[in-house]
Parts: sequence; structure tokens; C-alpha cells
Amino acid sequence: MSDVNIIIDGIEFKTEAGKTILDAALENNIYIPNLCHHPELLPTGTCRMCLVEVEGISSVVVACKTIVRQGMSVLTESPLINSTRRATLELMHVNHKQDCTNCKKNGICKLQEVTAFVGVNENRLKLLRKTKPHVPPDNSNPFFNLEYDKCILCGICIRTCNEIQGVDALQFAYRGYHTIVSPFLNQTIKDSVCESCGECVVRCPVGALVPKLTSIPSREVSSVCPYCGVGCGILLGVRGDKITNVTGIKESPVNKGRLCVKGRYGYEWVNHSERLKKPLIKKGENFVESSWDEALTLIAKKLSKYKGESFATFSSAKCTNEDNYIIQKFTRAGMLTNNIDHCARLCHAPSVAGLAQSFGSGAMTNTIDELGKAGCIFAIGTNTTESHPVIALEVKSAKKNGSKIIVANPREIDLCKFADIWLQHKPGTDVPLLMGICKAIINNRLEDKEFINSRCEGYSEFKETLKEYDLKNVERITGVPAGKINEAAKVYASMGPSSIIYAMGITQHTHGTDNVLAISNLAMLTGNIGKKSSGVNPLRGQNNVQGACDMGALPNFFPGYQKVSEENVIKKFENAWECKLNNKTGITLTEIISAIDKKKVKALYLVGENSLLSEPDANHVKEALKKLEFFVAQDVFLSETACLADVVLPAASFAEKDGTFTNTERRIQRVRKALNPVGESKPDWLITCMIAQKMGVKGFEFSGAKEIFDEISKLTPSYKGVTYERIDKTGLQWPVYDKTHKGTPVLHKEKFLTSNGLGRFAKLNYRPPAETPDKEYPLLLTTERSLYHYHTGTMSRRVDGLNVLNREELVEINPIDAEKYSMKDGDKVSVESRRGRINAVIKTTKKCPKGVISMSFHFFESPTNVITNPAIDPVAKIPELKVAAVRIKKI
Amino acid sequence: MLVMKEKLDIILSSFSGEGRELIPVLQKIQEEMGYLSPEAMLYAAEFLKIPPSNVFGVASFYEQFRFSPVGKKIVMVCQGTACHVKGAEKVMNEISRHIGIKEGQTREDMEYTLKGVACIGCCALAPCITINDDVHGRLTPKLIEKLFIKKPVNKKTNE
Ligand code: SF4
Ligand code: SF4
Ligand code: SF4
Ligand code: FES
Ligand code: FES
Repeated sequence: MSDVNIIIDGIEFKTEAGKTILDAALENNIYIPNLCHHPELLPTGTCRMCLVEVEGISSVVVACKTIVRQGMSVLTESPLINSTRRATLELMHVNHKQDCTNCKKNGICKLQEVTAFVGVNENRLKLLRKTKPHVPPDNSNPFFNLEYDKCILCGICIRTCNEIQGVDALQFAYRGYHTIVSPFLNQTIKDSVCESCGECVVRCPVGALVPKLTSIPSREVSSVCPYCGVGCGILLGVRGDKITNVTGIKESPVNKGRLCVKGRYGYEWVNHSERLKKPLIKKGENFVESSWDEALTLIAKKLSKYKGESFATFSSAKCTNEDNYIIQKFTRAGMLTNNIDHCARLCHAPSVAGLAQSFGSGAMTNTIDELGKAGCIFAIGTNTTESHPVIALEVKSAKKNGSKIIVANPREIDLCKFADIWLQHKPGTDVPLLMGICKAIINNRLEDKEFINSRCEGYSEFKETLKEYDLKNVERITGVPAGKINEAAKVYASMGPSSIIYAMGITQHTHGTDNVLAISNLAMLTGNIGKKSSGVNPLRGQNNVQGACDMGALPNFFPGYQKVSEENVIKKFENAWECKLNNKTGITLTEIISAIDKKKVKALYLVGENSLLSEPDANHVKEALKKLEFFVAQDVFLSETACLADVVLPAASFAEKDGTFTNTERRIQRVRKALNPVGESKPDWLITCMIAQKMGVKGFEFSGAKEIFDEISKLTPSYKGVTYERIDKTGLQWPVYDKTHKGTPVLHKEKFLTSNGLGRFAKLNYRPPAETPDKEYPLLLTTERSLYHYHTGTMSRRVDGLNVLNREELVEINPIDAEKYSMKDGDKVSVESRRGRINAVIKTTKKCPKGVISMSFHFFESPTNVITNPAIDPVAKIPELKVAAVRIKKI
Repeated sequence: MLVMKEKLDIILSSFSGEGRELIPVLQKIQEEMGYLSPEAMLYAAEFLKIPPSNVFGVASFYEQFRFSPVGKKIVMVCQGTACHVKGAEKVMNEISRHIGIKEGQTREDMEYTLKGVACIGCCALAPCITINDDVHGRLTPKLIEKLFIKKPVNKKTNE
């Protein structure tokens, strides 16, 4: 943009055309009082504090809404301006509860700032009458309050909720002196559609919206949110040995300061009284506290007996890269087996397998930030708002910027509100839907021939198989009208750059890998990959699931996806670790459970997983685990699963250790120690090193996380150029080839990472889900996540406020089905499948299609995975958590 | 719930579903249904693609919109100065006794809503009231009795 010259109070400045007078002034360090202005929001000009005079215009103008013009001359003060400002401000003051000394915003309040600058006359204030009636505060939200008597009606919260959060929970309501900020029907905030993200609270200029907990931290430590794979940058506020608050880091390219409710308010669990503080050894039926030495001696003695195939490890996607690296090293070098896996098996194993087949690498191809700039976003099998809240903000901002949104989901998820096209396909029919879209693209001659010819292979075979997917046929299978599929195809193919985002709705199927391959086909067909804002993006679930995979917490890979079955790879690691290694590919998480059941695996080392709630057919898992001869669990809390262990070791939380997490966009980011570990707990890597040393295994003498990371980057090609110094402020996205390489925001730019550099089209056949509803079990159960909880709830269920917002398992059901079974909201029901039965509470919603019910798995009281189907995808071995046949009954 | 949806479908069939139709849409709903129920406002929000909070914001801004149901006959008892002097309070009490509800209430059978209002501009006829659009002035207990023939509340209507 071009520059213009303006004069403010007689001084000349150059500023960018298109700026407002207020922005131009503030940038040049000229203060103009303002209250309703916020740099991230559109101006409304409601507070009238920023009045200025512009030469040549007779009346005053609001600086926050007036755009600069060449040669404009602005006066920020004059008798007229001063008296108008003062009068407006005085009116605000008489209506504002005078409570500064007590107020949580004292010292950072903008009303104070403006008042100090403008000045009010105490005597006149006494003469003015209060015009606004008293309204009692809304304290309903567990994390923040709204004190109406302090609200200056600037509208910043309303605009934040609209422009940034896209929720629109708030609006001005009523009129005149009665005007307030209010949710629909003047409901309490808790009962409204508010998602408790707290973005409005952060921006409220006065003490009207304030967090409930507000002790001021004595120091701040920058780290990464421990909940989901988005990996938002956070500042942990610390005072003494407690976390006081969490703030989003504005400079983080991932979240740009924004956070969801879990990230901002869900930290109480760190200081929770139930944290494990000492090692526990089971004596008889009960756990007895022990010293570290006693526990380690016992473990070392026992584990020495199970070296090789009778041992297995479940590592953890919650732990750091350093933890995972050490855990897999111990399993391989210490226990001589590749039987190691983690919960990625239950979420994105098909992505790793499928995308590796098509593109040569199983990770997000683009950055989160690029999504906001895409021309079209195709969101399939992801309830982004609930599971990846901050990524959903990018989708919403893309929509605001004019991009087209296509949502494919059986349920009417929140993103449907923002969608231009919603394809409501039947659960489990993703392959025909995606192939149908491909077919329509070819019918419309919208394929990218150039890209297909120069960058891909297997196209003609793939095209051949498309014959089966004529749109009428696809409509019959998926339930989506052919016209809609055609429309979606046209938008996706022609509105590029197009990005696909997907999650568990694609992967947790017996045909999960096929689903992923179908997505790759679609992207390659239109050349929508390898460019900015254009690619295939699996949204990873856990905070460090990408890292745990990268670190080789997988049965077939060493760190950096180097195959355990390859001779030269084995050599490399044998040399590096100075030991003999086992070249037999290990078994997967699901297979480990059956191996335990068959008593082939006899000893288990479980780190930070809660398999009893996360694995399908949980009753079976429990029976199996009881058969173990020796079971060591390591966790921050005594989880439902850890209760079955022989020894439980107390682990430090993310806030108590150094290390790195790798987020869903492959960004390796620093996690920093903010507190000392509670009790005698220790970082996971240290615990594993102590076990290894006790057993006399060499190569575990690390002094700290940094030293481990140095070993990681030496052995992992994609992490080669990464050092703690380089990622001190902002993380780097792998692959980072050397110490000067800037990382790789977009994968597959010139060629794919496959052996010959070509993308591979896949031929696909439709296979229905393993279990479909029938007479006996007439409903289809699908699983979901809630915004307010995380995974099995080990952390989030220990945050009181999150429990207030979502306290029990709700079975969502379509009102028509509910009527059929004479059920209404709040009824207790049992949900039964061929594998078991659980109880929960009914919630009717049109969001659920007929014949489908939906549950989460956050609640140990309603362990949904007792009834889910363990049938697995033949390639990725992921269980079909998204489709099970069930029946429900009132109880 | 479904019945309500169908009713609203018909009520709004003459609108095209654009945001600027909000006020006419709300007026039409109120005209047909007597008031703006939460369901009706949510429906309007979805129909016009406006956040529900905005619909409520606008609806609560205008005096003309009601958020609770009113009776078939809206009785407004003038409480302006002239009527006050001529015994508006007695009139209110008398009517209240006859129809069995207090000021501000709506009878369960949805027959009457009783309200007190400021001067209705017929001071010469004080004390006066309006029933829907009709003005009745110079009220006496006899006249009131004629206007409000006591009906026994039909128990069956409550089923
Ligand atoms: S907390 Fe978030 S969702 Fe709730 S009102 Fe504020 S901005 Fe909106
Ligand atoms: S609550 Fe705060 S942000 Fe919202 S209008 Fe009032 S003063 Fe402004
Ligand atoms: S979106 Fe994910 S990473 Fe970001 S604050 Fe929420 S839970 Fe944490
Ligand atoms: S800051 Fe310009 S009007 Fe409020
Ligand atoms: S005072 Fe009653 S009509 Fe004027």
C-alpha cells in the first residue's frame, strides 16, 4: 500500500494509506484517549473518547473510524474536544461502580487511563445523577464474572465473540439506560452458547468481565498447552509453587494469542491434591508407598526376566519428545524388543500408513496459519470446534475472508453454521463420498492434468475404478444428493487453493486407511497439494502425538520413521547406542492387548495412558491386563488403568519439566519447567533412565532434556537442524535439514517424499463398516469429543470449572428417535452393544441424524469404550471407534 | 415442537430469509402467535442466518415486542392523572375481581391480559380502559360488570 503524509498536532508523519487516524497516531506515539477501540477488532466509534478535529471539516470526527487522507491535518485537542470528552466521560463515571481499590483491573483499567488523561471534575460528578439501574452481576460461568455495574458498553466483548470466536454469544439488549450486554433471552452466560474461551475477558478494557481467579503471578514461563495437538503457545503465570493463570502468547504463529477454554482455564489439575507423589507398590490388594530405590530395585529385578518378545511398552502422546525418545530407546536397547506403541494407533495410524503410501509422509502438509488464507476448506470427519478449537478459529476467519467452506459430517456440527455446503453422509460411507467427488471433478473436466502427469503415478488405474462410483450409486450409498456432491466437487476443484482437514471421523474405521487414501486421491486429482494453503491436513489429537510418532514410539519405526526392519538402519542405531538390537517389527497396541490376553506378553510398561477408557471393548482390556505377570505404570495420577499395576511411578507434569512437543503442523516447540515436580515425582525421561541404569543398561546417563534432544537431532534426519537455541522463541517445522535450514512449512513442494518422488493414486473399493445396525441392535453409535474435556479426562476432569460446564456423559439422540423410544432430555438410559452395557443420560438434538446416537469417552462413570467395536483396519490396525451397533433402553 | 415448526414455516413463507427482514419477521410472528417465544426467535435466527443473540438484542430494543403470551383480550386500565383522580384504582380492582387475575397477569385460559398504562388520551371520558382496540369510558361498577361477564373457568381447558 502507498503512503500518505498527515499532520498531527502540527507534526508531520508518513503513514500507510487506509489506516485510521487513531492507528496512525498511536503508532507514532501520540496518545489519543480511546475505550472502544481494540487493535484486533473492527472499529465502531461508540465511546466518543477519540474525538479529533480535522482541518477543513466543521465538526469533530472519531479518530478510530476516520481514514487518513493525504495532507490531512489533525488536532487531538481543542476546547471543544476537551469539553465534549470530559462530559461523556463524566456520564460514564456516574454510572460506573466506584470500586477501584477493590477492582481486579485496578492499574490496568482503560477507564482509569483515559480518566487520568482527560480529567473529570469531582464537583460536577456529584451533581450528576446515576441514570443506569443496578443490575446484579452474572457469576454463572465457572471461570469469569460479568459485573454489569462496571460495564461501559464499549462492545468489545460482543465484537470479540463475533469477529474472533465466531460464537456470537453476546449482543447489546434492551434500550436506553437499560442497555446491557446480554446473551440470547438474557440467559446467564453459562446457559448461553458461550464456549468459555475467555477471549472477551482478556479484551474487556475495564473490570466488567474478569476472571474468577486473579492472583497476579510473580513470574511467567513460556511453554506449550498440554491438551490438544494444536499446540498453542502459553505463558504459565506462577506464584510460589502454584500456577496462577495462563495467557496465550501473541507472538506464537500457532495461536496468535488465542486459547480455548481448556488451554486458558484448565490448569488446576497440575496442583491437584490427587497428584501421585511417591512410588506405590502393590502389596496384596493395596498400594503401599515406597522409596524410589525400593521401587526401582523391584522393577529392575522383575523386568530383567522379560527381555525380548514377552515385554511391551505403551508410551504416551502426552509426554515430551525427550520422554518418548528415552522410552523407546529403553524398550529397544534395554528390553530388546520393538513392542512399543501409543495412542496414535487409536487416532491417526491410518494417516501415517495412508499418507505415507500416497505422499511418503504422514503429517499435516501445511501450517495452521495457511488455513485462514485458503480459497476453499474441505472439513471431513472433524468436529474442529470441539476437538481443535483454535484451528476452528482459522476456518472461521477463512470464511470471513471469503473462502468457501465444505463440511462433510453425519452430524450437524458447529462448523455447519459456517459451511457453504454441508454433505451429510451416512457414517462409514466416506470412501464412496470422496470417490464420488473425484468422479464429479472428472465429469466436469476440472482435474489438474498437468499436475497428474508430472507429479503422480497410478492415475489410469485409479480412473478405471471410478466407474463404480457414478453419482446416482454414490447417492444411494451415502445418502447425499448427487447434485450436492457435484456442487462440492466444483467448489473444491475450482476455488483453490483448497485445503482438506480431517480427523478421527476419517481414521477410526475398519477402512480408515482407505479413507485417507481417498482423501489423497482427491487432493492429487486437483493438484491441491504442495502449495501454500493447499494440502491434506490430518489434525492430530494429543498435544504431542506427532512427536511421539516422530520419536519412534511405534513398533515398526526408529525415530524419524526409519524402519526397524532395514539392515542399514539397525546398524546405524546399534552403532549409536552401542548395543545389539532386535530387527523384528514389534506388535501394535491392539495386538499387544491380545498378546497379553494370550499370555505371550507377560510384562508391561505403561506410561501416561489410560487404556481402560481409551481402548475399544474395555472390559476385555481389563481382563487381559489382569493376566500380566508384571505391570509397571507411570503417570501423574492414579488412573483407572494404573490401579491394575504392580508398581506405580509418580511422573512430573508438563509444567514441571523441560522438553519439546511437536504439534499437529510438525512444529517442534519448547516446553519449560515452571514449577518443581510435586512430591517425589520426576520427569518421565528421568524415571526411565533410572530404571535402565538400575538394570545396568548403558546409554542412559543424561543430565537433562537438552542433552537428550541433542542425541535425537543427531539420529533423526528430520530433526537434524533443530537445537534448543533455535527454537527458543518460535518452534521450527520439520523437516529441518541442517543448522541453517528454516524448516518446512509446506510439504511436497517440488516432489513427494515417496521413493521415486511421485504421488501415488490408490484404487479403492467400498467396504461397509464391520458392524451395521440390525434388528437386535438398531441404532448406530458414533463417538465424539467435548470442548470441555480431554481424552479420558485424567486432567480435565480434575478442573472443577470444566466439570461445571460439562459434568456427565450425554447420549445425543435425534428428537424423532427419542420420541419413538418415549425418551426425553435428562432420562437415564442404558446403551448396550454386543460387547457390554453402560449407563448415561439422554440429550435430544437435531444435530444427530435419525438412527444415530453419539457419545464421548471422557467419563469413567460411563466408559463408552466398553461398548465400541474393536474390529480393526487391516493395514493400520486402528479399531472402528466411530461405528458400532447398539440398542438403548430407559432405566 | 414439530407443530410449532410447521406453523412458523407457514408464517414466514412470504419472506426470503435475508437479514434485513428481521423486524418485519418478528412483527409477523408476533401478529400470528401473539408474542415472541424463545423457539420462534431461534427459528427466526436460523431462517435469517442471524445469531440468536442479535435477534434478542433487536427484539428487546423495541417496546412493541412481547416475550410472553398475552390473552385474546388485552385490557389496559388507564392510570393517567385524570383517570387517577376519577378512581382508576377502583376500576382496576373491580376488573381484577371480575376476571380473576392481577395487574400484569394473563389468565390461564388465555382469555384476558390485564395491564395498567399511562394516559391513553381520552381524559374527557375518565376513568377509562381499552379492550384490544376499543375504548370504554366513564366506567361504573355496573358497566364493568357488563363488560366482563364472569365466566366459570372451564377446567377442561387446562388438560
Ligand atoms: S468467553 Fe468466548 S465464547 Fe464466551 S462470550 Fe466471551 S468470547 Fe464469546
Ligand atoms: S463487558 Fe467489558 S468489553 Fe463488554 S461492553 Fe462492557 S466494558 Fe466493554
Ligand atoms: S486449542 Fe488445543 S492447544 Fe490450543 S489451548 Fe485449546 S487445547 Fe490447548
Ligand atoms: S475509541 Fe473511537 S469511539 Fe471509542
Ligand atoms: S388520564 Fe386516563 S385517558 Fe388521560
